[in-house]
Amino acid sequence: MSAPVVSIRGLSKLYAGGHEALKDVDLDIARGEIFALLGPNGAGKTTLINIVCGIVTASAGTVSVDGHDIVTDYRAARDRIGLVPQELHTDAFEPVWATVAFSRGLFGKPANPAYLEKVLKELSLWDKRKAKILELSGGMKRRLMIAKALSHEPGILFLDEPTAGVDVELRRDMWALVRQLRDSGVTIILTTHYIEEAEEMADRVGVIRKGELILVEDKHALMEKLGKKQLILTLAEPIAAVPEGLAEWEVELRDGGAELVYTFDGKAERTGIPSLMRRISDLGIVFKDLATHQSSLEDIFVSLVSERGGGAG
Amino acid sequence: MTAPRFNRRGVWAIYRFEMHRFLRTIWTGLATPVITTSLYFVVFGSAIGSRMSNVGGIPYGSFIVPGLMMLSLFNESIFNASFGIHMPRFLGTIYEPLSAPLSPFEIVLGYVGAAMTKAIGVALVILATANLFVPVHVLHPVWMIGFLLLVAATFCLFGFIVGIWAKGFEQLQIIPMLIVTPLTFLGGAFYSIHILPEPWRTITLFNPVVYLISGFRWTFYGIADVSPGVSLAATAGFLIVCLGVVAWIFRTGYRLKS
Repeated sequence: MSAPVVSIRGLSKLYAGGHEALKDVDLDIARGEIFALLGPNGAGKTTLINIVCGIVTASAGTVSVDGHDIVTDYRAARDRIGLVPQELHTDAFEPVWATVAFSRGLFGKPANPAYLEKVLKELSLWDKRKAKILELSGGMKRRLMIAKALSHEPGILFLDEPTAGVDVELRRDMWALVRQLRDSGVTIILTTHYIEEAEEMADRVGVIRKGELILVEDKHALMEKLGKKQLILTLAEPIAAVPEGLAEWEVELRDGGAELVYTFDGKAERTGIPSLMRRISDLGIVFKDLATHQSSLEDIFVSLVSERGGGAG
Repeated sequence: MTAPRFNRRGVWAIYRFEMHRFLRTIWTGLATPVITTSLYFVVFGSAIGSRMSNVGGIPYGSFIVPGLMMLSLFNESIFNASFGIHMPRFLGTIYEPLSAPLSPFEIVLGYVGAAMTKAIGVALVILATANLFVPVHVLHPVWMIGFLLLVAATFCLFGFIVGIWAKGFEQLQIIPMLIVTPLTFLGGAFYSIHILPEPWRTITLFNPVVYLISGFRWTFYGIADVSPGVSLAATAGFLIVCLGVVAWIFRTGYRLKS
């Protein structure tokens, strides 16, 4: 990886109440990538984002943004970051245009109506520029939060649970928007507990659990490495046990004996499927349906999280 | 691009946002002090004041004008500054200034500057209203403006602290209602502390508001319960304490950052 745009080293956070939200996290984010930080609720995703953005103080560790330390050189570091928080925090009585201009002003940028117009148009909010925030729908408010975060032309955008609680259509619109932003050169770091979201968009995936970053991997490499393929045969009649004749394929019996499941390496030259099918026929086992299944990122995520200590925290 | 050393546009954004909120409710914001001041003059000026003798050679109606201005300045400063910072904490929008390239000083300057503007505006409206009822003469106008600025800055900083400290809107009201208003009424807003018998007169000297009102009244009529220099020093002392507390809040992140 070339010089990372965000570099996190030994980051820890112990809240006053004694909750250890982050434990010695190291992470590099590459310029121009979409990085998805996955984890169950309470895993430490928002704490990590809030520390980088200056809202939460780290207990230990360092973070640099484009080479600027977030504590000693906070102005330069924050100048490069846009943040879309999970909650829709807004001033209900402010008009759309005023609140976006306010966000740009906070970052010390001179007024640039043409740029703000472009952002609002791209987010389909231009027609609502004079409307008060309280008049907007939930989806519009979420887009407005993105417009505010983009108002100062940041190179890095943090999206904390960007599609939490939004309907399927809006979620797809949001994904398209995120891709569009990445294409325009913005580095995207998003947190989500929707695995589908990471699978759909991310270049790389990090999995965080109980404050520990347990894995960082290229999404496709991860799915190749940890993913598996299965052949599922639905039997005409349930059977009590796996016949001895099928022992060499290590098939499993599921659904009360109604399904035979064979797990194989999809990329191997010999999958073992033809010989298995012949043996099943020889044994007189009749099946009424046949399907294959490739494990999703979700399967991998659930397996990872449960392997490391039993369930989401 | 290098981030500016002083984020003046950021300060201006906060200031303008706060002033815009005030301007949305400007009529109620100004009508309230005008009506309240008028009522004070109806009650204290016409009904009771006419039966009272002059205080230090000043007609009673004129005598209470600086105290009334201070009373409003205290309340408006605390209310506006505490509400200004408490509201974004309550709504969650505080994430914006906290994640922007703004120093603590710049954040305070934006919020406190706007609260000062509003509070001083209201105090001047009261002065104008009072002028309709009683003759008001300002002997030391430059000192009067100086005192207004100093007291507004001090109480706005105090209000900022209250706004950070308060866990809800109820607590926002506690300090002004239970502490500031009683101290103001007992601090010589409507009388000279010289008319109090001992030991109350000595006890009153422990009330910091006495020094603020006395100093401010001196700028109008050249008469004071305590020396104007002592008043100035007491006000400056309170300002320094408030600045110290605000600095501590930002250093520790008290109720701003976890």
